[in-house]
Amino acid sequence: MNPPSEPIRLLAFLIGLIIFAALNAAYLVWLERKVAGHVQRRIGPKEVGPFGLLQPLVDGIKLMTKQILVPDHIDPILFRIAPPLLLIPAVMSFVTIPFSETLVARDINLGLLMIFAFASINVLGILLGGWGSNNKYAVIAAARGVSQNVAYEIPMLITVITMVMITHTLNLNEIVRQQAGGIFNWYIFRWSANPLMLVSFLIFFTCSMAETNRAPFDLGEAESELVAGYHTEYSGMGFGLFFMGEYANIVIGCSLATLLFLGGWQCPFGLWPGVHWFLIKLYLLIFTVILIRWTFPRTTIYGLLNLSWKILIPFALFNLILTGAMLKIWPLIFP
Amino acid sequence: MSGYFAEIFSGTKSLAIGMGITFKYMLKPVVTVQYPYETLKMPERYRGHIELVKDPETGEAKCIVCGMCQRACPSGCITVAGDKREGEKKKVLGKYVLNFTTCSLCGSCVESCKSGAIKFSKEYNLASTRKEDYILDLLQRLKEQR
Amino acid sequence: MSVLAQCDSKETFVLNLGPQHPATHGVLRVKLTMDGEYIRQAEPVLGYIHRMHEKMGENRTWAQFMPNTGRLDYLSALSYNHGYVLAVERSAAIEVPERAEYIRVITVELNRISSHLVWFGAFILDLGGFTPLLYAFDDREIILDLLQAVTGSRLTYCYFRFGGVYNDIEPDFITGTLAFIKRLRARMPMYHNLVTKNIILVKRLKDIGFVPAEMCRKYGATGPVLRGAGVAYDVRRAEPYSVYPELDFDIPTHPEGDSMARYLVRMDEIEQSMRIIEQACTKLPNGPVMAEKAPKIIKPAKGDYYAAVEAARGSFGVRLVSDGTNTPYRLKLRSPSYSNLSLFGEASRGMLLPDALALMGSLDLVIPEIDR
Repeated sequence: MNPPSEPIRLLAFLIGLIIFAALNAAYLVWLERKVAGHVQRRIGPKEVGPFGLLQPLVDGIKLMTKQILVPDHIDPILFRIAPPLLLIPAVMSFVTIPFSETLVARDINLGLLMIFAFASINVLGILLGGWGSNNKYAVIAAARGVSQNVAYEIPMLITVITMVMITHTLNLNEIVRQQAGGIFNWYIFRWSANPLMLVSFLIFFTCSMAETNRAPFDLGEAESELVAGYHTEYSGMGFGLFFMGEYANIVIGCSLATLLFLGGWQCPFGLWPGVHWFLIKLYLLIFTVILIRWTFPRTTIYGLLNLSWKILIPFALFNLILTGAMLKIWPLIFP
Repeated sequence: MSGYFAEIFSGTKSLAIGMGITFKYMLKPVVTVQYPYETLKMPERYRGHIELVKDPETGEAKCIVCGMCQRACPSGCITVAGDKREGEKKKVLGKYVLNFTTCSLCGSCVESCKSGAIKFSKEYNLASTRKEDYILDLLQRLKEQR
Repeated sequence: MSVLAQCDSKETFVLNLGPQHPATHGVLRVKLTMDGEYIRQAEPVLGYIHRMHEKMGENRTWAQFMPNTGRLDYLSALSYNHGYVLAVERSAAIEVPERAEYIRVITVELNRISSHLVWFGAFILDLGGFTPLLYAFDDREIILDLLQAVTGSRLTYCYFRFGGVYNDIEPDFITGTLAFIKRLRARMPMYHNLVTKNIILVKRLKDIGFVPAEMCRKYGATGPVLRGAGVAYDVRRAEPYSVYPELDFDIPTHPEGDSMARYLVRMDEIEQSMRIIEQACTKLPNGPVMAEKAPKIIKPAKGDYYAAVEAARGSFGVRLVSDGTNTPYRLKLRSPSYSNLSLFGEASRGMLLPDALALMGSLDLVIPEIDR
């Protein structure tokens, strides 16, 4: 049987990825509401469908049938372009993520760099959404969102550079292959390369939560102590797209954390590697992100920026130097 | 300098403890009552709107139309009327209307009634879309009760 | 200390923290003159829920005013019942039986705990933590069920009467209360672990919203606001009433004067209330719950009477002017939140907006009692 030709395979993958992203965006909402419910000793959605499983569908229908209120005096292009700008980079980043050894849309050698290149476009979505709304509170919230995103890109990228120094490659599939052979080969436990690898993981995880504007860093959106944030003026599907973009970004951030630190599709005991391990680890991390949202109060903008500039960046830089030193010194001690 | 590290360490530990607590509570059973599939029984002294008490011997309301409840009510929501029939010592109740839209469930009426003719009901399922549903004709309700 | 802006800018704009608040304070409007993120001036605008309770007091008989007292500060309605009843009893010289006094103390302290639990949940909700609200409400449900079994109402109680209480308590109220205290004592460490020690919360509350004792004295702030500034003033000790002189409890104070101090004062007050309830439950005597000599129609002698009680938010005072008839001539209600709110204008000058909201949450305002 001839293997399917490349364009057809790519097309099939793209459709599958879009469906994956859409299903995730919908059902992560369901998971979030259920987890929130049980953390608060109540049941989440339960009426629509068994265990409320049809709730996201019904919510989607509601959002689509709502009137899309476009206020006066907005910037016509910027206002409309902002929500897709949040969703499209996330969906495109899915192209390089290896769900298993063979399940990867495009095994690009610069995969990691491509994901970060696309992740930087997120900020534009927030900024344009706030600016195009012609609402001074949205602009304030958008400006805060930009400073937050910039502040947290830096320690994330420094940590990733640290990882790349160890892995010598930017190819995500190759990085996962290097972590074969059981749980202690995963990079989070690879203390021969960097004894503070757990700290690196925590920095990366925190930064990915801050990048996606997720609580406790959600000043942009849950600013309901004051006003409603950069998506005040969006209604109906515009808001729905912001929402979906946020969840898609969470999936990307957690997938990256899994791939870089937790061994991707590798099995902890080295037996049956495959896509199921990737999904299990991914959803464990997403569950942690959701649990964090419902546990902690929000930081202020200054607490957030202090955390990044005064704590995360020094630690990330120290890690970088330490990794460089370890990479040179370790082979000398243990040849 | 040592304060910097101590704060980071204690801060991270407090965050982990917090997450542990919410995770533990997530695994515990829910404490909510799934209304309307499950309902709770109202305690004995629950203050629903008032209702007339039936005299077991005569089968009529115990009310003697003294008007104490009407006078005691702070909001003026009770209207009592009755006439004295010939041959009977006490007045017979003709009309007892409660305007529940202004009632504050203070209990002054129940407290002031000498003959024990009114008591709190246990009604709480009182949703309606019309104001007229809340102008309660208590005598009618008593008649429908038997 | 308050953070003052670095430069004096001429460009300020007016931000309206409108009457429709996402937080649970009620309908309060605050006109903020902002310079960027810093507040230059904060002016609370009241009156959105003015319901003319004091005017109603002039048109109702003494007994008919009772339900109004429950609706002023609905979260600690029994304290307000107590204040009004105390003022009238002082004016008409009515003796209250011992059992009724103890029942009053037990129910008022339970109400204080439930009010502090609501404050706790709503305050953390303002700051972005959604879960402690529901844990607090879980505990509060038990208090509400206990008080419902006794009084029949869950929130706006109309239970006290001149000369006692409306009806007696059952023995399982006492057992239920003691069981609840045991449960809450076991849960308090959880609240402290989840919320008080949380580094994010500490960063948001410590050294934010500094209200020193002089500012409290200037504006007449009482209650946990004053005790959080280090002044150990509690109406239950300063002007003793009911059976509080016979009960042993401390007055928690914290000297720092920031939002964290007020938070800790209220958490400690929950513990002290539990102590009071336990002592009152053991000391509860048998007897009548209503004074036999209490007249049906109260007609206090002509004069001017005042009574103050320690409500959950501060010192609640009732001033009655009676002219010998069966309705008051003037009924003035001194609400603690009004005085507590009045210091917001001065205390929030130069603060950042989220910090000012943390300050307002820590003042524990209930707007219906401000507007009456």
